[in-house]
Amino acid sequence: MARYPKPPEGSWTEHFGLDTAPVSYADSVSPEYYERERQAIFRRAWLNVGRVEQLPRKGSYFTKELAVVNTSVVVVRGMDGEIRAFHNVCRHRGNKLVWNEAPEEETQGFCRQFTCKYHAWRYGLDGSLTFIQQEGEFFDVDKDQFGLVAVHCEIWAGFIFVNVAREPEQSLRDFLGPMITALECYPFDQMTSRFGYRTEVKANWKLFMDAFAEFYHAPVLHSKQSPDKYSAAAREAGYEAPHYQVDGPHRLVSTSGVRFWEMDPSSLKPMENLTRGGLFGPWDKPDLGELPAGVNPGKCNPWGLDSFQLFPNFVILIWGQGWYLTYHYWPTSYNTHIFEGNVYFTPATNVRERIAQEMSAVTFKEFALQDANTLEATQLMLESGYVERFPLNDQEVLLRHLHKVVADWVNEPAGVPA
Amino acid sequence: MSPLLPPEFADLEPYAGQWCLATEAERFERRMASDMDEMGAFYAAFSPRLEEAIEFCDKYPLDELPDDVAHPLQLIHSLVMVSMAVEVFHQPKIVDAADAVLLRVREPRP
Amino acid sequence: MPRWPKPAEDSWTEHYPELGTGTISFGDSTSPEFYELERDAIFKKAWLNVGRVEDLPRKGSYFTKEIQIANASVVVVRGMDDEVRAFHNICRHRGNKLVWDEFPREESRGFCRQFTCKYHGWRYDLEGNCTFVQQEGEFFDLDKADYGLAPVHCDVWNGFVFVNLDREPSQSVREFLGPMITALDEYPFHEMSERYDFAADNNSNWKVFADAFQEYYHVPALHPQQTPVAVRKPDMGVECAHFQIDGPHRLTTTGGVRRWNLPQEYMYPVEIATRSGLLGPWDAPDIEPLPAGLNPGGVEPWGITNFQIFPNLEILIYGNWYLVYRYWPTSSNTHHFEAYLAFPPARNVRERVEHECAAVMFKEFALQDAGMLGGTQAALETGVVDEFPLNDQEILVRHFHKTVADWVGAA
Repeated sequence: MARYPKPPEGSWTEHFGLDTAPVSYADSVSPEYYERERQAIFRRAWLNVGRVEQLPRKGSYFTKELAVVNTSVVVVRGMDGEIRAFHNVCRHRGNKLVWNEAPEEETQGFCRQFTCKYHAWRYGLDGSLTFIQQEGEFFDVDKDQFGLVAVHCEIWAGFIFVNVAREPEQSLRDFLGPMITALECYPFDQMTSRFGYRTEVKANWKLFMDAFAEFYHAPVLHSKQSPDKYSAAAREAGYEAPHYQVDGPHRLVSTSGVRFWEMDPSSLKPMENLTRGGLFGPWDKPDLGELPAGVNPGKCNPWGLDSFQLFPNFVILIWGQGWYLTYHYWPTSYNTHIFEGNVYFTPATNVRERIAQEMSAVTFKEFALQDANTLEATQLMLESGYVERFPLNDQEVLLRHLHKVVADWVNEPAGVPA
Repeated sequence: MSPLLPPEFADLEPYAGQWCLATEAERFERRMASDMDEMGAFYAAFSPRLEEAIEFCDKYPLDELPDDVAHPLQLIHSLVMVSMAVEVFHQPKIVDAADAVLLRVREPRP
Repeated sequence: MPRWPKPAEDSWTEHYPELGTGTISFGDSTSPEFYELERDAIFKKAWLNVGRVEDLPRKGSYFTKEIQIANASVVVVRGMDDEVRAFHNICRHRGNKLVWDEFPREESRGFCRQFTCKYHGWRYDLEGNCTFVQQEGEFFDLDKADYGLAPVHCDVWNGFVFVNLDREPSQSVREFLGPMITALDEYPFHEMSERYDFAADNNSNWKVFADAFQEYYHVPALHPQQTPVAVRKPDMGVECAHFQIDGPHRLTTTGGVRRWNLPQEYMYPVEIATRSGLLGPWDAPDIEPLPAGLNPGGVEPWGITNFQIFPNLEILIYGNWYLVYRYWPTSSNTHHFEAYLAFPPARNVRERVEHECAAVMFKEFALQDAGMLGGTQAALETGVVDEFPLNDQEILVRHFHKTVADWVGAA
């Protein structure tokens, strides 16, 4: 007997028009398929590379290595306050323009212009080429023709997106669509206290996305994170989400909330009681004012979280306790990717609040490590090919959706699939 | 600290702390970390009494050795290890073993 | 003048004319492409020894085996019906690795009543059936009977557990082993339950390492310390008394006076004191009668026989104890090495010390092989020389590489 009502079709999967048969993971173990993804998805979609708070002033910049589209971009706030992105390549002889001590590493800072370390060509923050060393030695070089190659860059709700297509098929807003843009007024810009995690995972990017797109695993995989009493009850109950939603290539799962502070203390870890924080965040919720209608669209009560999975590789997870986190999965090969997790809170106003945030951030990492642990082994087992079909249940509907959207984009020669 | 060895082998007690080691991994590592003087001294003191030590231990059933009998057995195992250095290679390391590693991952206890 | 008579053809090598007598290349041991070919041609076709029944002492005992070259992880388990089975170590839900302890890439062993996947709690019994699916109602037409663990062919010969990763092996284990090996049917391996196990990750191709253990020509040069200095002769050679080949497998038998029957100066004091040493305990009772398969060449007096079972297994029988080597390729120039010595259980401390002395001396000289072979691999990989002459005492090396080439070529 399901705890939450299913849609009229009988299941979320059928409600979204998805097939219910077991799936193949051939898309996650194939170097050829990865090459097709790079062209058909990552060279066409809008990719989130950061937030405006990373560019606090005129002249602020950061670089982002985007191995999946074989480029490095520099994102900069110009003297006019505008944010622009460029390919991080000097127009003279192709040297990498912006880097610090190690060219393969990302960097950030602020400056008034970009100067190439090789022959000292200089560029303004708007990408224009402003200075060529010994210009007279060149042959008919018009500086106007040799500015930095721009990368399409648009901002939504403070999130900076780039698109490496020559001409993006859609504007960012159109790409995001109504389900996501309905989050616009969420006070992301107030949550400036950030905890960042990053690692290389030896698994296909989609497999790790899958791990965070379902909570069916939570009572089992994470059972040791909670005292036995809580875990046993969770395991007995199983996991069901009250609400799933799909809009174009993006998807959402909402979960119901747990009022930790009302629970019997023996169901909690002692440190949660002491710090008044944990996986679901600080117990003491900041006042964020009224939340936009796009948050908790399923009207879950009590509401725990919304996990918005933005195609292709970006998750914004908004917690009921007044904080949010993001995940990014940056493919580096068919069976490796870089995972970034960022956790955002409103700035702590005192030590007690800071500690509650620390507890939440630390707990986040514990859970994420459990999710990551077997992923390498899973990748190897899938690559072995000894098992080829895998059944997904209704709580795993978002996995089906991701893989289907990937397939749609990969199989679509040109033009964004409907 | 109470002696590791029974009274019959009290004169070997100075070597007990170093060489009463329960696993081959420990004994191998100890040999590699010792110099020929240290191992030579232990070898000289104990090898004439090896037979006596075996007979002493064999007054007890192998799978029920009391602690102060298990320790002399460990000492015997260490003597075998040390003999490799003293008798065969004349140095702690195995000649021509280079950087190779071979771990003994399973053995009977004691 | 050889000590042991050669066959009519004047050499063991020419006794098997298909081997030829020319130089060989070791390209098969340095080429990453060849490593890839070995995967399907050999390791996903041949019967592979992964353990012994004593590793599964009771109902519910299991162990996992990582077979990296075949991209396989296999779990071997003794079911409640006492049968030994093997399965791919993959959960049928989303492909998570099923059986592991703290680190998914490491082998594990133990016993249990069922297997439970750590990810979503799916459960399998010891016969591989899927017995429990968390929130089964959330699935679509799921019949658990369709989602048992993917089986791996598994069979036992004289207590040795073999698996075969082929979908349908073309031979049974007995057929694969053939008469020369199955002539050991009566050898009581199961009586030798006291084990000393070793493991290493070596910097050489698996075949380069295996070669060192299928000829004794190298012994006086690399292992001079096996003989005390006083009696070491320069240019001391080694001759094996008998070589034999049967299909992909091969053996050699040594003969002559047992080490401990030589004059005392041929042994180290520790050997004399413990009455044991590299060749094992002096006084352990011989197996009577000796199975005929142990000494097919009728060598008198019999020393040891070293059985090389294709592709990667060696069983060396000393009489009343034996040792096993296995070489598991992990790349074209690395492999995981496993070895163990097995004795009848020591009944007292004296016997325990005999076994310890043999185990310790084994490791000393095995490390010389391993130490040198890293250099061999590096030198081979320069590719400067690619023709290597093998002598008659190295016939098994020749046969091994030819067999590898035949299997890869046939695939």
